[in-house]
Amino acid sequence: MSVFRLTADEREAALLPRLAELTEWHRRACPPYQRILEAIGAAGPYERVADLPWLPVRLFKTHELRSVPEEQVFRVLTSSGTTGQAPSRVYLDREAAAAQPRMLAATLRAVLGERRLPMLIVDSRAVTRATALSARGAGVLGMMNFGRDHTFVLDERGGLDRRAVEAFLARHGHAPFLVFGFTFMVWLHLPALRADLSQGVLIHSGGWKKLADQAVDNAAFRRRLGAECGLSRIHDFYGMVEQIGTVFLEGPEGDGLYCPDFADVVIRDPETWREAPPGVPGVIEVVSTLPTSYPGHVLLTEDLGVVHGVDDGVWPGKRFSVLGRLPRAETRGCSDTAGEVAA
Amino acid sequence: MIHLDRLRDVFRVSLGLPAGADVDDLRYRAIPQWDSLAHMALVAAIEDEFDIMIDTDEMIDMSSFTHAVRLLEKHGAGASS
Repeated sequence: MSVFRLTADEREAALLPRLAELTEWHRRACPPYQRILEAIGAAGPYERVADLPWLPVRLFKTHELRSVPEEQVFRVLTSSGTTGQAPSRVYLDREAAAAQPRMLAATLRAVLGERRLPMLIVDSRAVTRATALSARGAGVLGMMNFGRDHTFVLDERGGLDRRAVEAFLARHGHAPFLVFGFTFMVWLHLPALRADLSQGVLIHSGGWKKLADQAVDNAAFRRRLGAECGLSRIHDFYGMVEQIGTVFLEGPEGDGLYCPDFADVVIRDPETWREAPPGVPGVIEVVSTLPTSYPGHVLLTEDLGVVHGVDDGVWPGKRFSVLGRLPRAETRGCSDTAGEVAA
Repeated sequence: MIHLDRLRDVFRVSLGLPAGADVDDLRYRAIPQWDSLAHMALVAAIEDEFDIMIDTDEMIDMSSFTHAVRLLEKHGAGASS
């Protein structure tokens, strides 16, 4: 069953009671969250999802925000952060840890189907083996759940492993296969392969910062990968470790990121904090019903974005783009957004 | 129930456990050897050993030895072995 079914109105009706319930649950279960809500005077009833109190995402760096007793914590996820900065810490109990890869799978099923496809990874196997797993390594590992016969495009030293790719394409190149990599890695290495990837479904993430410096935008990215690799099925996604399991997925036409039925975005004017209308850029707030063991269900990110349209694309709901980091936001690792996408 | 012994061996080899180690009560991430990388190797080894294809959801849900046994039965690999 698809998780891209709800129109904006249906989604609002489905999410509001659940998110309001989560707000009260976390208020009772997480004392620091309760103090924050008290300090800002947040109290229900809430009439719209946009009325719910949001938590700035950086509070996960400075506060221990968990809504389950310490002995029930099953996994603690951390974001990379750059040197000298505290990473975010996200606490999962067994239930939350089990739910997040399932919901990620339900989301990606819209473009990958149920089968695990043969998988080409635009990275080196070395990133999955580091003793302290980087966010990039964790992202690769999480995505590997969706593939089989995992083949790495780069060798241990980071050079192109043409022989491995050729052998992979000889085995699998005639039927759909999965290609995954971080956006800048894909841009850097896939065209250089000069290989026919026309049966591939490319999933990529990690943000555009490094490519924006080279004046490469999404349209140019899609154009070049189409022209040089034959890739026509390309899907960017946006997500963060503080809302693990929830990803916003680019539609088949490349006309923006779409929200799965259990999530939504609110774009806020950074002066008034009111919701900005479609076409007007602002700060991205992400909401999701997945965070049950920590108060991450309504988060104000440090990213700028814009809603392009509502209920007017291939899937219902809002479609939006991420425009970049807020000017004052600290720099985070470029692969940070992927976090650990699955257990 | 020959397949159970074959499955036990696949678990031991994939997770790097000694021959004869008791695996029947194992749960995902309950021991350091069964991490996410080992999980993928384990799933691939089960697919090879029993000649089945495991879907994404099945792979995610295979969180214990007991789940793996049920998965084999679902794929009909239990009865034919």
